[in-house]
Amino acid sequence: MNRPLKRSNAPIFWGLFGAGGMLSALLGPVLVLITGLAVPMGLLFGADAMSYANMLAFAQHWLGKAFLFAIVSLFLWHAGHRIFHSLHDVGIHAGPGAKAVCYGGALLGTVIAALSLLSMGF
Amino acid sequence: MAEKTITIKVLRYNPEQDQAPVFQAYQVPFSDDMSVLQALLFIKDELDETLSFRWSCRMAICGSCGMMINGNPKLSCKTFLRDIYPETVRVEALNHFPIERDLVVVMDDFIDKLERIQPYIIPAAPRSLAQGEYLQTPAQLEKYEQFSSCINCLLCYAACPQYGLNPEFIGPGALALLHRYNADSRDGASAQRMELVAAEEGVFNCTAVGYCSEVCPKHVDPANAVNQNKTTAAGNYFMSFLKPRGTSK
Repeated sequence: MNRPLKRSNAPIFWGLFGAGGMLSALLGPVLVLITGLAVPMGLLFGADAMSYANMLAFAQHWLGKAFLFAIVSLFLWHAGHRIFHSLHDVGIHAGPGAKAVCYGGALLGTVIAALSLLSMGF
Repeated sequence: MAEKTITIKVLRYNPEQDQAPVFQAYQVPFSDDMSVLQALLFIKDELDETLSFRWSCRMAICGSCGMMINGNPKLSCKTFLRDIYPETVRVEALNHFPIERDLVVVMDDFIDKLERIQPYIIPAAPRSLAQGEYLQTPAQLEKYEQFSSCINCLLCYAACPQYGLNPEFIGPGALALLHRYNADSRDGASAQRMELVAAEEGVFNCTAVGYCSEVCPKHVDPANAVNQNKTTAAGNYFMSFLKPRGTSK
């Protein structure tokens, strides 16, 4: 026990990964079904449910903003972490560069999502 | 009728003499009830006395005879020729460990890790003889019982891709044992062990592959132990920001 132990900062990334995983498992498939198939095919909520005006109104409400931000950001953190750890399985030895790309990508997406949502106003 | 035989290919290596490990094939009489360990013992007794391997109990309780059998970490005493026959049996030293000689691996790294997790009960408060024995309910026993079945055979280490990538990782077996003591109602040292759990060598090296639990011959579930400790370590990490400086442990 005489070696100095350095506390891992992994809980931050693991926490974001876990939260994103939970959210994507619960909502991912149903969101694809609704926004990608059911609404465009007119099977649900009527033809203009996802019109620009409706979507803008959704994104301008604070609850809509919170939902969109959580979906975009946490999905990205989940994907970044998973991709980073899966690189080894496809034969790529993941170093600091791969880490920067995976987590940096998620961070960038988070910042873009936050700025876009804020710039739309309330 | 001619006697049935099976081919055993063994990875031979003597680091002091050989440039690199090489396979050597042996023909061994085959019978339905023979284990791979018995085949190796036949080779040692009858064909080649220079073959080295660890073994003791022949009944999957000592944890000595772990090796790679056709690419999978197995106890050789618990793996039967009949399940492989008529294919060739390929036997190699356990993955992820340096070879001492032939099928014998250097275990020093694991022994060191075993010491670091403090694998013994550390009571929260000293207990006098007059206080009598500890009493435990069946529910309290159940919390740690499966994790106490570990026989230190190292199959989970040979199975763990993350230990293969980063040997600093405390690894599945030692973390399952750490959890066994943390989860014991008689123990009061989980805060002490947290430093190691939450360290860079600790639980967050695990990426939930789960192969460790699959290969365990004693049905311990190291992946479960590691992932329960990820949750407690993450909780502990975020709680540490809420405590006054200097007391975060």
